[in-house]
Amino acid sequence: MNENPVTYWDEMKRHGYSRRDFLKFCTWMTAFIGVEASGVGKVVKAMETKPRIPVVWFHFQECTCCSESFIRSSHPIVADVILDKISLDYTETLQAAAGKQAEEALHSTMKKYKGEYLMLVEGSIPTEEDGVYCCIGGRTALDIVQEAAQNAKAIIAWGSCASNGCIQSSKPNPTGATPIHKIISGKPIINVPGCPPIAEVMAGTIVHLLAFDRIPQLDGLGRPKAFYSRRVHDTCYRRPNYDAGLFVNAFDDENAKRGYCLYKMGCRGPVTYNSCAVIKWNNGVSYPIQSGHGCIGCSEAHFWDNGPFYQHLASFPGFGIETTADNIGVVVGAATVAGVAAHAISTNIRKRKLIKEGIENGSVTEKKGGE
Amino acid sequence: MERVISERVYVWQLPVRLYHWINALCVAALAVTGYLIGRPLAVQSAAEASYSYWFGQIRFIHFVAAFIFFFNFLFRIYWGFAGNKFAQWRNFIIHRKSQVQEAVDVLKIDILQTQSKPLESVGHNSLAGFTYFITFLVFLFQCITGFGMYAAMSDSWLPHMFAWIVPLMGGDFAVRQWHHVMMWFFIIFSIIHVYLVFYHDYVEGRGIISSMAGGWKFIEKKK
Repeated sequence: MNENPVTYWDEMKRHGYSRRDFLKFCTWMTAFIGVEASGVGKVVKAMETKPRIPVVWFHFQECTCCSESFIRSSHPIVADVILDKISLDYTETLQAAAGKQAEEALHSTMKKYKGEYLMLVEGSIPTEEDGVYCCIGGRTALDIVQEAAQNAKAIIAWGSCASNGCIQSSKPNPTGATPIHKIISGKPIINVPGCPPIAEVMAGTIVHLLAFDRIPQLDGLGRPKAFYSRRVHDTCYRRPNYDAGLFVNAFDDENAKRGYCLYKMGCRGPVTYNSCAVIKWNNGVSYPIQSGHGCIGCSEAHFWDNGPFYQHLASFPGFGIETTADNIGVVVGAATVAGVAAHAISTNIRKRKLIKEGIENGSVTEKKGGE
Repeated sequence: MERVISERVYVWQLPVRLYHWINALCVAALAVTGYLIGRPLAVQSAAEASYSYWFGQIRFIHFVAAFIFFFNFLFRIYWGFAGNKFAQWRNFIIHRKSQVQEAVDVLKIDILQTQSKPLESVGHNSLAGFTYFITFLVFLFQCITGFGMYAAMSDSWLPHMFAWIVPLMGGDFAVRQWHHVMMWFFIIFSIIHVYLVFYHDYVEGRGIISSMAGGWKFIEKKK
């Protein structure tokens, strides 16, 4: 196996895909990862010549929705080739091996492909109580991650759990759920947030690594710019309604039927960076806003704590669920006006007294009109 | 009979007055448009989006006012070094014992109303100066968070200088939330500020209101 490394193309041929299918896949992927048309050749060449990268895929504090999303990628080759058949040396959910065999597979991969294997992590890592809240094979997730990361070529944090903590890390975060980038340093880490991330985004990230042998361009939060540089809001087909000030005011009103902007219904599109409005879901069928529901911002950090989902402004911490900054602002503003009014009244009383005293002792003169 | 003789002092230079009124207009425009952006009017309409752009225009006014506000603010910082002694940056930071004493006096005069001796300082009293220093910090915060959010839809270099705030605060949501909360600081500040100016004019009779128009204040002549 090592003497004659199997390439992706070899593997696809073995599974009966035609050259045409293969080229279609490459073209498609090139478009997704945001490379210009002339880059197609590069992707084709990489898939033809580069040996498959060994992959270990860990599952920690998560719901497996990332895997579920990935295997439903609209292009069959993605799931078939990248995930299922090629080089997934270890993954708790899909592997046939169990127990001792599985552990052995993991360790032999880590040893054999030292510094070459790609580490994919789905789920956050609990850190409270020495990480006992998530154990596999008698070891904590924390321990496993630290060992596996040591010799990994790069780490991809799948989904919001691994990239920003998602629901596990929302307040009060009893298990101390922590995203990968806060635990591991010194390794290239790609965050692919979303609950789950879009399958094509996941595939595109891997293809980019394969084709160009380096991590894609990342933004300030470690997300691939190709997929996370624009807000859902800026790419939303309902955006013209926003600019025109046409908003849905209730889910059952006329405006909702007309498909106006869901901004006032708490849509998180304006603060969420993702490709939902462009790539969409389920083979490009739809995405939340198209289906009449606001974005909940699942690819943004702390989205569970930024609630309620159906309110544009978050509730202000410490003031009950539906109290926003505006409610508090109005109360404080009214209190200020009341305070000012009281102050003005007392000032006026005092001044009259002062003037009266001044006139009596002669230090103030009062000019009468005409004098 | 003793009469108070007043003396005219040129306190606020033209650039300071211009700064003040441009700033006031910008803050008013920003607060009104900002509030609407956070909580748009509930219009029931059968219109097609292509016929109107009012929300876009409100946002446009907000952004234009923000740019003017920002450069006006930068100018004021410069004038804190170039201006006269009343405009100097030293007025805004309490760093001398006498300033602490004056701040206590102001509290006694303005809030507790237990004291009514006239203040020594002609320009900003030390507590007012310090309050303005805090507003400058809020200005800075609003500029950083505002441009930080704006960077996502802009190619120009200026907003991108502030893009680092978004990852630092954990995402656009938190940035927008705090940007919105600070709007209320401006509203509350304006209520108190306008009231106190009237109050001082009323009790001191030094012409503090008109001083921001003409630049002159009246002080008691020392004998």
